[in-house]
Amino acid sequence: MFDFFRQIWGKESEGSKEAAKERLQLILVHDRADVSPQLLDNLKEDLISVISKYMEIDDSGFDVNLRRSDSSVALVANIPVRKLKRTGDTARIK
Amino acid sequence: MPCKVMTITSGKGGVGKTTTTANLGTGLAMAGHKVCLIDADIGLRNLDVVLGLENRIVYDITHVAGGQCRLKQALIRDKRTENLYLLPAPQTKEKDAVSPEEMQEVVGQLREEFEYVLIDSPAGIEHGFRNAIAGADSALVVTTPEVAAVRDADRIIGLLEAAELHNPKLILNRLRPQMVKRGDMMGTEDVLDFLAIELVGVIPDDENIIVSTNKGEPVVLDSKSRSGQAYRNIVRRLEGEEVPFLPLEEESLMQRLRRAITGRSS
Repeated sequence: MFDFFRQIWGKESEGSKEAAKERLQLILVHDRADVSPQLLDNLKEDLISVISKYMEIDDSGFDVNLRRSDSSVALVANIPVRKLKRTGDTARIK
Repeated sequence: MPCKVMTITSGKGGVGKTTTTANLGTGLAMAGHKVCLIDADIGLRNLDVVLGLENRIVYDITHVAGGQCRLKQALIRDKRTENLYLLPAPQTKEKDAVSPEEMQEVVGQLREEFEYVLIDSPAGIEHGFRNAIAGADSALVVTTPEVAAVRDADRIIGLLEAAELHNPKLILNRLRPQMVKRGDMMGTEDVLDFLAIELVGVIPDDENIIVSTNKGEPVVLDSKSRSGQAYRNIVRRLEGEEVPFLPLEEESLMQRLRRAITGRSS
């Protein structure tokens, strides 16, 4: 009955459009995650320079990758820390 | 006015690139601009058919690129619209019969004669696509509100960016407002959410397109059709005018009632 009124008032019901959007969302996440090694290298360099402001890290052990599962894509970074700067210092870092 | 060279592309086949190229070219020529259309689909030409010029082809773009004829000899003047010319593709040669450098050279010559050059890209992301964007300043991406078409459009947008053709504009083709309303088709906003590029036009799905393609007369010439109107609006936007987007066709209360009772759209 509720559907009947919803249709009369021209409200969008949950049609196949939602299925299309959900599928497309996932497909695009996966497609876009298929990035070039060059992009990952650039990202890695940028991450190193940002993180180095806060702590001393081991560049050689630094690893950045995209990990894919059926329903998501995650950026996974493994960053060995050599030395942490004192908390007092980080507050002043610009 | 400096010449504008635009590539019409999509990634996926069958979404309306050629129809769009023919209609925008005709529309721009009707607005008084001198326009050349290039069919970059080497080996599978179609643009000549959509324009109704299939019987006039003598030379094609490979002859121009190879120096076997002059550019002027290969250009076909449209039979209806003044100021509109077609540079056809060959129907029989291999698709790598033209190189991106040759394409750039041909486009460079056309720039001196024309105000607009529209390049109809083949489907796919390989050689033909590379050729089609080689001489272009900008790109129009055509898609339909379907998962596969939007996915391919997303890929193409990434490739255009990588090729430094920035700010491509989107044409959403074959929209069916009733289906969007019913929740069974992605609407303009949905597609824009995914692709995040500037919208330049929405073409409603329209039987008149098939009728006009059968006759070889672009629908933009039909002053009464909705799709023709949508194409004329894109032409004005390309010229820099601010034109509001056509409102989605409103359903009447009777149509809604009937649909609610029968469960079907009329």
